[in-house]
Amino acid sequence: MNRNATLFQLSDVSFSYRQTRVLAEIDLQLCSGRFYGLLGANGSGKSTLIELLMGGHKALTGEVLYKNKSIESYSRQELAKQLALVPQHFAMNFEYQVSDVVLMGRHPHIPRFSSPAKNDLQAVEEAMQIMDISHLQSRPVSALSGGELQRVVMARALAQGTEVLILDEATSSLDIHHTIAIMQVMRKRVETKGLTVIAAIHDLNLAAAFCDECLVLKEGRLFDHGPVAEIFTSDLLHTAFAVEATVHHHENNGRPQIQFRYQ
Amino acid sequence: MTSSKPILLLVLLFLTLCATIVLATGMGFLEIAPLEVIKILWSQATDQTTGGMDPTFPFVVMEVRLPRILTAALVGGGLAVAGAVFQAILLNPLADPYTLGISSGAAFGASLAIVLSLFGIYVPAWLSIPVFAFLGAMATLIGVFSLAAPDNRLSSNTLILSGVIVAAILSAGIGFIKYLADEQVSVIIFWLMGSFVGRTWSDVLLTTAVILPGLLFILYFARDLNIMALGERTADTLGVETARVKKMLLLCASLITAICVSVSGIIGFIGLIIPHLLRLILGPDNRMLLPACFLGGAILLLGADTITRAWLPSEIPIGVLTSLIGGPFFCYIFRKKQLALSS
Repeated sequence: MNRNATLFQLSDVSFSYRQTRVLAEIDLQLCSGRFYGLLGANGSGKSTLIELLMGGHKALTGEVLYKNKSIESYSRQELAKQLALVPQHFAMNFEYQVSDVVLMGRHPHIPRFSSPAKNDLQAVEEAMQIMDISHLQSRPVSALSGGELQRVVMARALAQGTEVLILDEATSSLDIHHTIAIMQVMRKRVETKGLTVIAAIHDLNLAAAFCDECLVLKEGRLFDHGPVAEIFTSDLLHTAFAVEATVHHHENNGRPQIQFRYQ
Repeated sequence: MTSSKPILLLVLLFLTLCATIVLATGMGFLEIAPLEVIKILWSQATDQTTGGMDPTFPFVVMEVRLPRILTAALVGGGLAVAGAVFQAILLNPLADPYTLGISSGAAFGASLAIVLSLFGIYVPAWLSIPVFAFLGAMATLIGVFSLAAPDNRLSSNTLILSGVIVAAILSAGIGFIKYLADEQVSVIIFWLMGSFVGRTWSDVLLTTAVILPGLLFILYFARDLNIMALGERTADTLGVETARVKKMLLLCASLITAICVSVSGIIGFIGLIIPHLLRLILGPDNRMLLPACFLGGAILLLGADTITRAWLPSEIPIGVLTSLIGGPFFCYIFRKKQLALSS
């Protein structure tokens, strides 16, 4: 995959829900093969930005380009082969088996009325192995714990075999062990396969540990944007997140570590 | 993942349906042996005369029993498929045509048709009831959709809430019509309880013409329905035009419901029990589940109709029978599921 090629280009993008302006004047360029962290307080516009990137919402002004073409010029099916989403909440009311749910990730690749081909089943197999859920494959999803379910959802997105993976606070309901395990898998895919990850994350230390670059949203505007090593400063934490903290840098890899002041 | 078991079950259901049709045709006041029924059907299909049997048999089979039996089977299949579609779209295994107010709309239309004669507007009942039921169902559908419309993703909650609101208004309307109907109220009540008495070949044709193409149309989108179980947002990102598929299939399932209600009155629980039972056996894959629901619903409703027609000393309304059997049965399943969840 062509690393560092421009994937997304947003110029002067804004968006409103009815009368409420949610995003304004977003200028942004995202390149392939990188791990982006999307940061910001609740209601800062992270999910809306994700919807715009996925082509789910139409920008009110400005334009979202994906690979130099307007995102609206792609069909749903074409986008589904390029972009995968892991939503924050996932629930299923029907008792599909784990392997069936992961196979649903192959939907855009399987023609109507066809059975899954060999490479589809392989992708499913591989995704289940990566997320360590192979032993659960014939269990109904309703019988899984929250952590197992989220790994199934991640495996489904991986099986989709896209260049870009977008995570909307996908790990926020998981315990620390599974959170780190999932982030490590993503990091590895970025480094070895040139995957592009755009992840909305609330845990700033997690973002600092795994991302290449971070985008900070505040009140619908792109407040700051830069490599992790530079972006985290006490000043930014104070102005964008309204918290007091000191930022240390890790001895070995130079990644920032944030120490919050609680009193 | 696919295996041969579901296909085997489909074949089995199909054979059971054929056997049920033949057996049911033979049952009744005039007992006709299954073999003779097959002979009559064969001779009709090949345009031969039947020698050596009671000459009234072909008439009873072809003109009296078969239209009613086929209508019952088609309506049962249609209601079960419509129920399965509503469940898949609303992501709620307990949804059925009532949840969206469709059945209430049809019932309101039919009651209106019956009471019209009171105001001196005379339209023959065999024409006005189906037409008004159908119009009522469609008007309800439009009403529910336009209530839910500002939410252009048509979320399940919005749709169900709109359905409940509209159904509440309609049932008050039905109550008012019953009050107006005074002496004719028994006609309305009987119709509301559902019946297949006196169905003709034109009913068979009408239901076939809507239900079979409807079933094929729904089957075309069966896999999209599976993907939609992941939730709208995820289904969208997997290349499914969720809002459009939802709208088309809701329309199609409502049309099927409206046709069923207009030829038979209100028959409850088929759309709930059949998909539920078959999902327990087959799993939730709509590609297998939907055809199985059609066959299973046909068998169940035909069986129930045959019980009230041929076994019971006097015929009770089929809708009452299905609800009397179906309701407690459903309570049992529901309770069992709740207990399994809590343990």
